[in-house]
Amino acid sequence: MLKTLSAGLIGAIFGLGIALSGMINPGKVLNFFDVFGTWDPSLILVMGGALVTAAIGYRLVFARRETPVFDAAFSLPTNRKIDGRLIGGSAAFGIGWGIAGFCPGGAIPALGLGYVQTFIFVGALVAGIATARWLNSPGGVRARQ
Amino acid sequence: MTTPFTPLLSLGGGFLIGLAATLYMALHGRIVGMTGIVGGIIPPVAADWRLRLAFVIGAIVAPMAFAALGGRIAFAVPVSSVMLALGGFIVGIGANLGSGCTSGHGVCGMARLSPRSIAATATFMAAAFVTVFVVRHVVGL
Repeated sequence: MLKTLSAGLIGAIFGLGIALSGMINPGKVLNFFDVFGTWDPSLILVMGGALVTAAIGYRLVFARRETPVFDAAFSLPTNRKIDGRLIGGSAAFGIGWGIAGFCPGGAIPALGLGYVQTFIFVGALVAGIATARWLNSPGGVRARQ
Repeated sequence: MTTPFTPLLSLGGGFLIGLAATLYMALHGRIVGMTGIVGGIIPPVAADWRLRLAFVIGAIVAPMAFAALGGRIAFAVPVSSVMLALGGFIVGIGANLGSGCTSGHGVCGMARLSPRSIAATATFMAAAFVTVFVVRHVVGL
């Protein structure tokens, strides 16, 4: 119970950060990418602030704890391979982000603001994730394991 | 449409995002990657779906509560519904194949100095800059 509740509170901190920083706002995100038009450099500070905080935070966590508070071990990605799938997928992600102005971390908190456009994006996002999983693992079998 | 430069709010918001990433690692031992978290609550759900769902609900409720308490959150969608749907679908496929998005690779992975995340972040940032240039200044939408 405490475990689940704490995940909700951390989600709330994340969502508030997304809202205050401007990442929740597709108009602002698209302006960050529009260097030759209505450029708004704010997002450098969002990513920079988040990155520096997480880098210092992770260092402290790994230096002080053998295991996380609510779990038996840290679950960190172990794949080290830079392959076509990583680069191609990331390129596609960047193209979609540039078309819509939303990324998943910006769009999920934006659902709370209640605009219909966010629901259109998130519906398509979920369909895209489901489609990619279906293409990769027939019947979603691998995802279940 | 212009948007104002908001250095203090953006830096402060970024700090909260980094703080959430740190706390999630300390308490739950996991990366705060929104694509992965959402993917785990789409059937077939992941074993730790309760954790993921709680995180997502918290992330949705916080801006809602902030706005309800009178806080101002700037929000504008300068693109059509067709572009939102198209972009959303491509983002979903790309982030799933590329194993992450801005939060997973750009913040958490970069903070761990993961070579995969650095390569992914450089790629999707470059792709987004080029896409917005093409959409706004070549196509002229």
